[in-house]
Amino acid sequence: MTPVLSVRNLFRIFGTACSRCFDGNDEICGNKCPWCGAIVACKNISFDLYPEEVLGIVGESGSGKSTLLKILYFEEEPTSGEMFIHLTKRNACFPGEAFMGSVDAANVLSLNSYQKRLFRNHYMGMVYQNPFLGLRMHISAGGNIAEKLFMAGFRNIAKIRERAIYLLEKTEVPGNRLDESPASFSGGMQQRVQIAKALSNVPMLLFLDEPTTGLDLSVQARVLDLIKSLQKEMRLATIVVSHDLGIIRHLTTRTMVMKDGEIVEAGLTDQVLEDPQHPFTQLLVCSTL
Amino acid sequence: MTANYNYAFIDESTKKEIRRKILKAIAIPGYQVPFGSRELPIARGWGTGGLQITLSIIGEQDTFKVIDQGSDDSVNAVNIRKFIAQTTSVRFTTDTAQATLIQTRHRIPEEKLNEGQVLILQVPIPEPLRLIEHSETGTRRMHAEADYSGMWLYLYENIIRYGETTIGAGYPVMVNGRHMMSPSPIPRWDVPKLNMAEALFLFGAGREKRIYAIPPHTRVVPIEFEDFPFRAEDFRGHECASCKSTDTFLNEIVDSGSGMKKWFCSDSSFCEKRQMQKRQDV
Repeated sequence: MTPVLSVRNLFRIFGTACSRCFDGNDEICGNKCPWCGAIVACKNISFDLYPEEVLGIVGESGSGKSTLLKILYFEEEPTSGEMFIHLTKRNACFPGEAFMGSVDAANVLSLNSYQKRLFRNHYMGMVYQNPFLGLRMHISAGGNIAEKLFMAGFRNIAKIRERAIYLLEKTEVPGNRLDESPASFSGGMQQRVQIAKALSNVPMLLFLDEPTTGLDLSVQARVLDLIKSLQKEMRLATIVVSHDLGIIRHLTTRTMVMKDGEIVEAGLTDQVLEDPQHPFTQLLVCSTL
Repeated sequence: MTANYNYAFIDESTKKEIRRKILKAIAIPGYQVPFGSRELPIARGWGTGGLQITLSIIGEQDTFKVIDQGSDDSVNAVNIRKFIAQTTSVRFTTDTAQATLIQTRHRIPEEKLNEGQVLILQVPIPEPLRLIEHSETGTRRMHAEADYSGMWLYLYENIIRYGETTIGAGYPVMVNGRHMMSPSPIPRWDVPKLNMAEALFLFGAGREKRIYAIPPHTRVVPIEFEDFPFRAEDFRGHECASCKSTDTFLNEIVDSGSGMKKWFCSDSSFCEKRQMQKRQDV
């Protein structure tokens, strides 16, 4: 099977990097390069994401998992590395189709910012841990969803509202709260509006950055079930970043474990969690409450 | 003309810079070109952007008209006309059709502008996205990436909340399908005049140090939704008290004596022209 997303040799180094930062030298302990003092947040990351698959990324805080997700969503520039996307569906209203024709072969990280924006608007969705990052709190819930649709070229208010109501009800937010601002919603509702927004353009790739951290347990379970059912229904290739092994176990089929910017272990989720090989993964698994 | 100053007040090398910036602005319709705004005997914010464009391109062969909110006789217009008279020897007119160069504040004349005419608009805030983004770095990035969803969102929220847009003057337009542009605070009534026009429009913002342009025959479309089209101001049921026009932009004036509301053409020279015509017909 062809992967939807392939990442090769991705580095993200904060500070002025020296040549030794790239070596992957074992002498480096932690993610700070002992020679130049730069922080290596992502160190030689390579992986594939297959169609309709849910891939989990676990790791303690500071392990570079959120930075990795930001790079994939074009929010952060990598220091070096490549990323290839194989379009499994063509988006009918995608205006950049003409010059993006050869995108299958191109390293999308080398596109210019305008092309990246087009690409992101048409093929990607993101749910942040904090709804304040993904939503404009003082604009109506409908407006928040509409924003993504404006980006994708929708220009008809009636159609946009129809779609926004459909998405809100899909994510269990009452459609009649369309014109209220998320600032007046509960945390769980805000998170569901964020999911509705991420799904509004029917993305090919969905990125979830700690989607349920900060929600109470019962709400957490409902949001997780929602994500799972929508992912199945819309057949989204999804990446979930979390430090919560319960969420990883519940949602994902395959998991990568990150430590100090490196992938230390990867495999089927069950396998990684039941029979961890790397000492860090073992520590992680046995630290579960 | 006072001999102590260079022709048209500003020095030749400055004129050269501004002309070069104008050419760049014409080459990229709707794009805001930064320029080194100079000190003038008028304070910034009083039309110095428009004035610097005028001074850079005005020549002996020109016939000049200057208006302020449609009127040839209001303070801003009179001061600028006096200044141009002191520093050049061009002819002046109030007749739109006669002018080769028109500097204006917040109006486009009612009469259709023709090929060869140049309209210079004074601009207080050149950035249409300033409404939604305070940072200049932010708005420049948005223009570079043609990321205008924030403005569409603004319009959407207006319509949802008030059933109507709250943007009165300076309604944002898309120029040549690429750049979002503020047409300066002209009423919505004037916005359609920018589309596929025969004249050249130059915009100057002196305080903000920006020049931009709409060359002749350029597509200029106000932002609008398919099911909520752009609307100009509505003057149905009113006519100009002087010339009886019903097809012009009208100002509402309250008569201080009687307290009655009256409506008058905003474009004073056009109004006079119509009155003259009426008298001749009689």
